[in-house]
Amino acid sequence: MALTPQDVARLADLARIELSDQELARLAPQMDEILESMTNLAQAIDDDVPPMSHAAPLVNVFRDDQVRPSFSSATVLAGAPAVEDGQFRVPRILDEEA
Amino acid sequence: MSVYVNDDLMDYDEAMARFDVVIGLEVHVELNTASKMWCGCTTEFGGEPNSHTCPICLGLPGSLPVVNAKAIESAIRIGLSLGCEIAQWCRFARKNYFYPDMPRDYQVSQSDEPLCFDGEVTVEVDGEEHLIPVERVHMEEDAGKTTHIGGSGRIHGAGYSLVDYNRSGVPLMEIVTRPIYGTGTKGPEVARTYLAYLREMMRALGVSEARMERGNMRCDANVSLMPKGSTELGTRTETKNVNSLKSVEAALRYEIRRQAAVLAAGGRVRQETRMWNEGGFTTAGRSKEHAEDYRYFPEPDLVPVAPSREWVEELRATLPEPPAARRARLQAAWGFTELEMRDINGVEGALELIAETIEAGAPASAARKWWVSDLARRANEAGVALDEVGMSPGQVAALQALVDSGALTDKLARQVIDGVLAGEGEPADVVAARGLAVVSDDSALSAAVDVAIEANPGIAQKIRDGKVQAAGALIGAVMKAMAGQADAARVRELILEKLG
Ligand SMILES: [Zn+2]
Repeated sequence: MALTPQDVARLADLARIELSDQELARLAPQMDEILESMTNLAQAIDDDVPPMSHAAPLVNVFRDDQVRPSFSSATVLAGAPAVEDGQFRVPRILDEEA
Repeated sequence: MSVYVNDDLMDYDEAMARFDVVIGLEVHVELNTASKMWCGCTTEFGGEPNSHTCPICLGLPGSLPVVNAKAIESAIRIGLSLGCEIAQWCRFARKNYFYPDMPRDYQVSQSDEPLCFDGEVTVEVDGEEHLIPVERVHMEEDAGKTTHIGGSGRIHGAGYSLVDYNRSGVPLMEIVTRPIYGTGTKGPEVARTYLAYLREMMRALGVSEARMERGNMRCDANVSLMPKGSTELGTRTETKNVNSLKSVEAALRYEIRRQAAVLAAGGRVRQETRMWNEGGFTTAGRSKEHAEDYRYFPEPDLVPVAPSREWVEELRATLPEPPAARRARLQAAWGFTELEMRDINGVEGALELIAETIEAGAPASAARKWWVSDLARRANEAGVALDEVGMSPGQVAALQALVDSGALTDKLARQVIDGVLAGEGEPADVVAARGLAVVSDDSALSAAVDVAIEANPGIAQKIRDGKVQAAGALIGAVMKAMAGQADAARVRELILEKLG
């Protein structure tokens, strides 16, 4: 099952990454190769190997429900590209529509 | 920009005659933990914007979230209360989307491994039981608050937006039903009753304030119609921004009537998200012709949650009495009829307030009367919840104590309620300040009775002749003269003494 440039364009769209046709043509076979390697890996694993989603074999790592000091809003906002009224100022969210 | 609404609506009864309704509800509940889901920032409301934040709830690279144990505990208790299975092992997942209320462009949620699943609850509407199948209860986090600047303050046409992340990372539960069939003509009421049930349950569990007007509890209501006799599900719409129990019912009714009109005219319902407007209608939002693709994947920063069966059973033992059982017990203890109980159930929050008033010493019937008739009407007029009407259960009990002692009549007590609601203090303060106490002082009453006898010689003569029932007219005259503050029983005694 080969990954097409259309598939990659859809993924890029979902991830909000703008890619040129040239880039799509170059990336599709590369991503296809990665997928194929994963398929090979899947074939090499026996049924008795449990699936794993985390490097550490841990469960239930919890903290107590205790309030700890937050950062000051001045510190929090220091790295923001734009600030107004103690808030993060972000560009217009929706493109103008008809 | 003004909102232009020109939806055709079918008469509700006609829609009910022609279509079957299928409803689905997604309810979000903010938990009342002290700290956030993954960090120690406070969940307290208010505060300067962005003052309850840290690198974790701002999603800065390199920060490491750690699960709040209390949130898991609350989630399991909610799941158990809804009759759910509790997962042996489940993971968190990243739900990817792009909106600045989530700085890291994903929300940590749960995908196909919810913490709780396969529950059901039964709610009663007009004496009929309806089964609500609960598909899942999962954990996620709340987002920041965006304010749109420029244009009309809505996202459309805004010049830019401001973001406050104080709510970002507050633990959130999502409770999702399976499609609810067979509600007949009562679908919107069943939905409302289910939400009221959830709210009562959250408060009884002590896991959330569940105040819809504050956004502690939010509902997305899905609905679709099937022509009578059909078994094929229709296209559904999802209505958001439903912020009160009343709105859930109203929004569903509106959508049912709108969809029915579209289908009857031979059109097709667009699969879309609609926004409920408090003006009483829904407006089209995002089209959902393309199923959303959130590209869920396991959250690598968090390890799985695997609640031991011992822990689950320990938590099960902490569950409060189920709401239906509690109602039945209280009804018996208070000696209320079915009808009286239904009146109470019809007023949101009344049961709790009545219980507290009785606990504060008032007789059950009096507690019911003040809350369900007088104060419920006042709350309704003011457009606030009953528990925010401005009178506490303790004050209602104090008021009733004044009535029981003979110091107030019910009529005067209503004036005392006016004063308490106007912020004039405790019932006794209002009585003193407004001079509302019943006059049972004999000299004052006696003088008033004399005046009434003189003014109504005909009636007085009838009483002298033995027509005791005529005394009512004289009592009325005395009450009127004393602005309703006379002790009516004593007035009657005086009249009969003088004319007997
Ligand atoms: Zn934080």
